[in-house]
Amino acid sequence: MSRYLSADILIQGSYLLTAFLFIMGLKRMSSPVTARSGILWAGAGMALATLVTFLYPDMTNYPLIIAAIVVGALIAWWSGKRVAMTDMPQMIALYNGMGGGAAAAIAAVELYRGGDHGLVTMVLAVAGGLIGAVAFSGSLIAFGKLQGLIKRSYRFGGQQFFNLLLLLVALVLGGMVALHLNASPAVISAFFAVALLLGLTMTLPIGGADMPVVISLYNALTGLAVAFEGFVLGNAAMIIAGTVVGSAGTLLTQLMAKAMNRSLGNVLFSGFGESGGGAAGAVTGSMKAIEAADVGVMMAFASKVIIVPGYGMAVAQAQHKVWELTQLLVDRGVTVKFAIHPVAGRMPGHMNVLLAEAGVPYDLISDLDEINAEFETADVALVIGANDVVNPVARNDRSSPIYGMPILNADKARNCIVVKRGQGAGFSGIENALFYLDNTRMLYGDGQKAVAELIGAVKAIE
Amino acid sequence: MTGIVALYIFMLAAFTGYEVIAKVPVILHTPLMSGSNFVHGIVLVGAMVALGSADTTLEKVIGFTGVLLAAGNAVGGYVVTERMLEMFKSSGAKRGDKSQGAH
Repeated sequence: MSRYLSADILIQGSYLLTAFLFIMGLKRMSSPVTARSGILWAGAGMALATLVTFLYPDMTNYPLIIAAIVVGALIAWWSGKRVAMTDMPQMIALYNGMGGGAAAAIAAVELYRGGDHGLVTMVLAVAGGLIGAVAFSGSLIAFGKLQGLIKRSYRFGGQQFFNLLLLLVALVLGGMVALHLNASPAVISAFFAVALLLGLTMTLPIGGADMPVVISLYNALTGLAVAFEGFVLGNAAMIIAGTVVGSAGTLLTQLMAKAMNRSLGNVLFSGFGESGGGAAGAVTGSMKAIEAADVGVMMAFASKVIIVPGYGMAVAQAQHKVWELTQLLVDRGVTVKFAIHPVAGRMPGHMNVLLAEAGVPYDLISDLDEINAEFETADVALVIGANDVVNPVARNDRSSPIYGMPILNADKARNCIVVKRGQGAGFSGIENALFYLDNTRMLYGDGQKAVAELIGAVKAIE
Repeated sequence: MTGIVALYIFMLAAFTGYEVIAKVPVILHTPLMSGSNFVHGIVLVGAMVALGSADTTLEKVIGFTGVLLAAGNAVGGYVVTERMLEMFKSSGAKRGDKSQGAH
């Protein structure tokens, strides 16, 4: 008895410390200066919690537990180390789905076992199981879409109604289990099957461009599921960590949706996000080409250059060259800044990760609100791999699908250089009025090659 | 743990989560989402307890799957978050100081 008691104090004390480390870790992760130490703190908390859990009284199946941890950890470690920074969004979706699946599995074990849990416990077990299962299958679909495994969005008439119906069926089945009306294995299995199906049908119609918001939402949901199952197991660490993630994730989801100029309801229920699609007003004028040597001179003798990178830059793997060019310019006394649109990259903040990978310090990088007023004082705006986010029609053409979206004012710079592969319209199919402006010049070519030529041109001056 | 105490914990933790994230700059959205994704990997301890108390084969299979998935969540979440945050440096920081990158 006293041995159990001291083990219990050790376990509960460690969980308390873990909760503290998680919260401090997240706090530190919200500033670039301390972010790195934040994940180390949180990691220490996780390791501690995992170790003391082996001391739980009356545990069996140790070989199974250790085997499962080793296998799961090795697969995740291997995949996490290998994944390219450009593929980060889908890996987050995948790991998140695993967490949701684990929460659903805890619910399943508790429900199949039965036992005389109170009403609140049963309701939370069922709710956590439902949310966890939806987050699991939904996140896997999100992963599949971003990874390019699922190429199209599946929609059919009455889809919203069908999803609502599935949700109702899941709630009825779950209610039967929770209220001990009929908690037979068949009903429990049906409940989980419907919940998993709901995750699939909810996520399949949503377009790839909206996936980041969806992943963030499932992240918050998984947190909530973990908190609920924590209550079922009487585990304070799970309640605290799960709830913190649930509320932080909800806020983050709202911030992301706002940054992408979409509302959450819009993302989930409109089945949009594939493309703006549709013919915008014709743009008059012509695109004027320029040679790399001329751009090199222009930039080398500028006092301020603002670089506007888009996902196209990362696809062309040009970010390292861009940083090399930046350093050359800085050495010549040119002020160089990076302007990042909230949706640059594949999710908010993704472009910052890609630039950080190339070695660009974060204090050279500004977001839309900080930098937009500065374009007017810039001699050169270098747009590379970005398109819609610098399209001025978003400001002035009401008929355009992107009207109203906040854009970077690259057109206000004295000279605007656009690095572009060819003459066609961009990814979204919307003509970009910026390309036709009098102060815009097009530098045609592959992103990486074009920037390499710019580097050569700047070096040639002297 | 009584229900009402759990509710208090739930409420306070919800406020904490909100406040902690409230002022985060856009540049950290991706790593922070990844970091919070790692934090709910704490589901691992619950999955361990569930598997540790499993009796029937069905419970063991589900429990095993749960622990495996949870371990994947925790370890994968940690690895990718650490990889991303490790790269964030200011221009003041000396480059190549901490060569922690790829192991």
